[in-house]
Amino acid sequence: MPAREIRFRLNGSERRAEVEDQVLLLELVRGLGLAGTKLSCDMQVCGACTVLLDGRPVSSCTTLAIEADGRAIETIEGLADGTALHPLQQAFIDKFAFQCGYCTPGMIVAAKALLDELPRPDRATVRRWMDGNICRCTGYETIVDAVVAASERMGGAK
Amino acid sequence: MGTLRRFEVHRATSVDEAVELRRRYGDDAAVYAGGTELLLAMKLGVARYAHLIDVKPIAAISGVTRTDGIVRVGATTTHWELERDPLLRRALPAFARMEANVANVRVRAAGTLAGNLAFAEPHADPPALLVALGARVTLQGSNGARMVAVADLITGVYETAIGPDEILTHIEIPVPPEDARVAYVKFQILERPSVGVAAIATLREGRFVGAPTLVVGAVDEVPRRVATPRLAGASARAAETRDAIAEAARAAVEPIPDLAGGVEYKRHLVGVFTLRALDELVAEAA
Repeated sequence: MPAREIRFRLNGSERRAEVEDQVLLLELVRGLGLAGTKLSCDMQVCGACTVLLDGRPVSSCTTLAIEADGRAIETIEGLADGTALHPLQQAFIDKFAFQCGYCTPGMIVAAKALLDELPRPDRATVRRWMDGNICRCTGYETIVDAVVAASERMGGAK
Repeated sequence: MGTLRRFEVHRATSVDEAVELRRRYGDDAAVYAGGTELLLAMKLGVARYAHLIDVKPIAAISGVTRTDGIVRVGATTTHWELERDPLLRRALPAFARMEANVANVRVRAAGTLAGNLAFAEPHADPPALLVALGARVTLQGSNGARMVAVADLITGVYETAIGPDEILTHIEIPVPPEDARVAYVKFQILERPSVGVAAIATLREGRFVGAPTLVVGAVDEVPRRVATPRLAGASARAAETRDAIAEAARAAVEPIPDLAGGVEYKRHLVGVFTLRALDELVAEAA
């Protein structure tokens, strides 16, 4: 079967790729050298593979790469502006919101989708939104702290 | 990584084209929309298809509309879209709340209500509430379209009444009467509900007007309707009513034992969550 040509925006840059239909979005982005997006559970439960597709969080482990055709993909690598970290990234550091860091790219990308839609979430909303992102190190409180702190820094504070 | 075996995706742009593709490829093809259930099953190796029929490009089966007392949901509408849909939130707030609690945010962003029904995974939220609301689906095949009640659509574990050349195009949900109360409560420890209970009733001065509608989902092979005729006119708060409802709900199900619990435990949960659904109806009516 011939590969299909797809065109997409990846972290702001126009890209094209040739992919066969069964290739997963996770394989596409990691194949392009963006290794921040992680594979973990491989069944849409843990959130380590979260990327944004036209602003919506999806599990890249269970999304076909061809779905990105004509759309914008945002991965953890797209958040920092040069060496200046995104407020969410800085807040995760400041609040000690990770230990091993494996779930962190997915956590931050998921949180970005939340703050893009709802800049002033309360803690309950953050918890509910993030309930599909699993961390086995921190115990979550510091993650919620970080998302709320980032929301305040970004001007969305209540 | 659970990579996928090779397959070809066919992008259908009309229902007729999708039906034709189903006829052409038969058992070698599956209908593909959100992919949250299908791709997972294919990665796990429990389903194998050489062809996927992508119905997302079909404009005629997307979005939510309301005509008279019916909300019509196009097959490619995602849970994410449903939980935010202003029309749905106004007409069927309990349904919109249920949608907002399906799986996790990523599954909701990709997965569709129609896919959830067509896949017929028993541990699901929407079927019980749809059965309670009297919803039906449109199935379109080479011999035309037919409507099937959701209660008759799901025939077993991963089994539906969808014919080999049919496409599920729409879900039609009747809007309950203005004074009816609707509740859906569930118990969930993992990614999918262990037990879900849908309840609909009209209450006047603390008594049921007619009999309440109760449907238990997620726990059995298919959603189970609870027989409630002798509760017509009963006092909703009375201890004997509560006991009778919980007992009827426990008797209506044959729970499937799994990681979320054994038969007796799940049957117990059914009783507890039936009473919580009832509490929600009573609280809402107050």
